[in-house]
Amino acid sequence: MRPMAQVAMVMNLDKCIGCHTCSVTCKQTWTNRPGTEYVYFNNVETKPGTGYPRRYENQDEWKGGWTLDRRGRLQLRAGGRLRKLLSIFYNPDLPSIDDYGDPWTYDYQTVINAPLGTQNPSAHSISALTGRDMKLRWGSNWDDDLAGAPEHALDDPDLAGIEDRVKMEFEQVFMFYLPRICEHCLNPSCVASCPSGAMYKRAEDGIVLVDQDRCRGWRFCVSGCPYKKVYFNHRTGKAEKCTLCFPRIESGQPTICAETCVGRLRYLGLFLYDADRVTEAAATPDEQDLYEAQLSVFLDPFDPHVLDEAARAGIPADWIEAAQRSPVYSLAVRHRVALPLHPEYRTLPMVWYIPPLSPVADVAHAAGYDAADPDKVFATIDDLRIPIEYLANLFTAGRAETVRDVLRKLAAVRAIQRAAQLGLDLDADLPASVGSTPDELDDLYRLLAIAKYDDRYVIPKAHAEDAGRLAAQHEQMFCSLDGDGGPGMGGNGPPDVEGFHPGEVRGGASTFRGTDGRTHFNLLGWDGRGEAPHLFPEGGAS
Amino acid sequence: MTNGELWWWVILPYAAMIVFVVGHIWRWRYDQFGWTSRSTQLQERRLLKWGGPLFHYSAFAAIAGHVIGILIPKSFTEWLGIPERAYTLFSGIAGSVAAIGVLLGAGILIFRRMGVPRVRATTSAVDYLALILLGIISVLGIYLTLGIQQFGGGYDYRNTVSPWFRSLFAGTPDYRAIANARLMYQVHATAAWMIFAVWPFSRLVHAWSYPLWYLWRPYVVYRERRAGPPPEPGTGGRKWRKIGVPY
Repeated sequence: MRPMAQVAMVMNLDKCIGCHTCSVTCKQTWTNRPGTEYVYFNNVETKPGTGYPRRYENQDEWKGGWTLDRRGRLQLRAGGRLRKLLSIFYNPDLPSIDDYGDPWTYDYQTVINAPLGTQNPSAHSISALTGRDMKLRWGSNWDDDLAGAPEHALDDPDLAGIEDRVKMEFEQVFMFYLPRICEHCLNPSCVASCPSGAMYKRAEDGIVLVDQDRCRGWRFCVSGCPYKKVYFNHRTGKAEKCTLCFPRIESGQPTICAETCVGRLRYLGLFLYDADRVTEAAATPDEQDLYEAQLSVFLDPFDPHVLDEAARAGIPADWIEAAQRSPVYSLAVRHRVALPLHPEYRTLPMVWYIPPLSPVADVAHAAGYDAADPDKVFATIDDLRIPIEYLANLFTAGRAETVRDVLRKLAAVRAIQRAAQLGLDLDADLPASVGSTPDELDDLYRLLAIAKYDDRYVIPKAHAEDAGRLAAQHEQMFCSLDGDGGPGMGGNGPPDVEGFHPGEVRGGASTFRGTDGRTHFNLLGWDGRGEAPHLFPEGGAS
Repeated sequence: MTNGELWWWVILPYAAMIVFVVGHIWRWRYDQFGWTSRSTQLQERRLLKWGGPLFHYSAFAAIAGHVIGILIPKSFTEWLGIPERAYTLFSGIAGSVAAIGVLLGAGILIFRRMGVPRVRATTSAVDYLALILLGIISVLGIYLTLGIQQFGGGYDYRNTVSPWFRSLFAGTPDYRAIANARLMYQVHATAAWMIFAVWPFSRLVHAWSYPLWYLWRPYVVYRERRAGPPPEPGTGGRKWRKIGVPY
């Protein structure tokens, strides 16, 4: 056993209202630069829909992720190493910018500078790639909220095999939102595809990153990722991807998409997993068994044997404690209501989803069932072929029973709470019929419906003690005044070391003694909630 | 030795070699971020599908041909017992295939870079410089291979260009040998030295990053989350970032 820790996310799709706040704050934080106009580390797709980039889920076309060779061994779907090196001058599986949509802006200056006149000036759309006028034909969220669904929605690869039963008529349509970030997989095919070795999975927290100094722009990671969550910066010529906001995670804060999520549908926490069993699980012969295989890779953070091994592997005690309180472990393993996105890609993704009950209940309602009665909802869930098979194509490689079990459990939670609110009689066997107990369902209800900030985000801080020691050693080799922005380089330098005490003030901020002899408040690292002593000069200070 | 001979056949090659070596060390140390192939496949793929592989593989063949023709002395192939005619035949056929490949591949790529607005927008000044030099070298190389060696009277560069080239590395530049060579060979060699001087400052550095190591390394790379050392003094600025980046 080789225990490793992984920061993971669970999203409760029932709560997503498709407001795109996560995408906007993510973009403002990470990709509001030239070259990344089309890059969305976080995006929200309407399902059914084609996704971003167009039809990215169709791996027959894009060859992302892993597959099994004839002898059952894991291999990259796009082919072996030699094949990659030989096709390095033209990657046959790379999407073009038109599959994402030519990024554009508008010629606002024309509107601003237009002379007084009778005709209203209009702002032309301008391509960010060429600076020339362009016609808008496609872009991210072109089919948001099923816009143009009669044309586009049937291109959704998840509808494969059930096209004939999907209704695109307005009255019978169903939809939900699917927010997506990088999956930070246990078996990342992008990392395996990178010929330069610039991509890596961090040993401490499992975050998958691109080393910008080592990336040589061979672009196989872009095609190797089945979720198309590695992007090519067309100005720097380097790959970029979702970082799981690692600077925030390291300091114990949730990612910016989770922090700003209006529906509070995201959960962040730790999994402990057995790194020795990852390849074996990813090579499970039947792709419908991959969900169970991935569950079997996770380690129980309460098992004494696991705790011993984790301590031996150098996982800090506060991390193990965080793993025990992990909301994502509760949702995925204990309650089994969260499912991985497309396990059939064999990357063992680590951003999981609670499938949405609402579209099912809506369809049930439209079909004349009483959505309020748990028995009826169960009957409906059992009766409905769509959208359960659609959800199964997304989350379980097509095994509908798994999705149905999850939805039944979610429906049972709703039924119990509804009965409690309205004082209705409830079948005492209901919890057992979904393979659970009243206490567990109550816990699940709290986790789904109440979970406060500290319950949703259980993120242990990174242990940076060693890094600090290394940096201190390094500084002794050079004049510390010559650092970036230091006084030797024309800046004012950092606050002096003696007066710098991080973590001294509640809220992550610190104070330092300035050159004027006064104690100053250091805004860097302040979370905005704690106290801010010495932010303003005290009375009497001149 | 005239001043011209000294300049073209001694100073320029040595200056180019020094710039090549020092420039690479300097770029490697200061501009890892700019060290990339700067692929434009995202913007355009239909022309690249043919032009990219054709140009690169033909260029490999051409480079291999230069190694055989320039680095290996005539006396060595004679010692091996390879008759002159066999050598000429082989170099003529293989050289022509490579030359035609480079001609087509570079033609497609230059058309793509100039004619496709999305690709043209990513082209920087140093890209144009490298492109012009590469164009001169390729066109002359094709002319020398096809026009002179294959369908012209033939010319034994192994008695003029090659001895001079090898003598540069021996430290005793044989400028007389190259001074007597045909003009087009002289221009071809001069342009080649110039591109070696431009090499470290252009995207051509991606040639040294061909990832052969990928064949042996484990698929999934793990790294410890260790804070890197702070940047060394004077390396954090923007000054080297501009190389190859027009923005």
